[in-house]
Amino acid sequence: MDSFQVFTTSTSLVDSVDKKLLVVLRDGRKLIGILRSFDQFANLVLQDTIERIYVGDTYGDIHRGIFIIRGENVVLLGEIDEDKEDELPLREVPVEEVLQIQREEMEAKVKREKTKHRMLSEQGFSVDTAEFGELY
Amino acid sequence: MLFYSFFKTLVGQPVTVELKNDLAITGVLVSVDQFLNIKLDNIKVVDEERYPHMLAVKNCFIRGSVVRYVQLPAPSVDMALLQDAARRERQQPAAGGRK
Repeated sequence: MDSFQVFTTSTSLVDSVDKKLLVVLRDGRKLIGILRSFDQFANLVLQDTIERIYVGDTYGDIHRGIFIIRGENVVLLGEIDEDKEDELPLREVPVEEVLQIQREEMEAKVKREKTKHRMLSEQGFSVDTAEFGELY
Repeated sequence: MLFYSFFKTLVGQPVTVELKNDLAITGVLVSVDQFLNIKLDNIKVVDEERYPHMLAVKNCFIRGSVVRYVQLPAPSVDMALLQDAARRERQQPAAGGRK
């Protein structure tokens, strides 16, 4: 069924091809790039991709080039509205800064989770640990 | 197939999709497919400050596998019809699912 996607009412990504998209991945990464190709699993080919890291009201970009993303890792795709992007209340900062802050936040979070895990285990609860560091 | 058909009847309605990563997005349902992938227009993120990356996004495609809930306007749902369809589905499960 649905082998000719254009003839169906199905949700097709064909309208998003050659557009600048935001892709949110399951591990929490935000990639921005031009969608060149997709398939029924939502596997994606993104060109001129940048990974944008957000911290507070700032962000930093890392250039990544061409990505092939396995569909199971995709959370959502968003069409970027170029006008709105120009008026973002966020400041771009050098990537090293953002990475540093991100690292610190990650460490703090891991510490909190560990304490939580320990306290719950002591109470007799069995706690799920996220697989592959899935933090969204 | 049942819920695919059900969602097709809701195209054009405002819905709120809550994802497994706790992100909740309100938007108009544009389309749905057999995997229950969802396309929304004119989106507004619930609790916007936590998700600054979504500020410049007006429409989105959400992979069905990451959806936790879809919140619907109650008047749009014909419960009797839905229950009826579910009952019929139970008696004769359609040869559905993906290849």
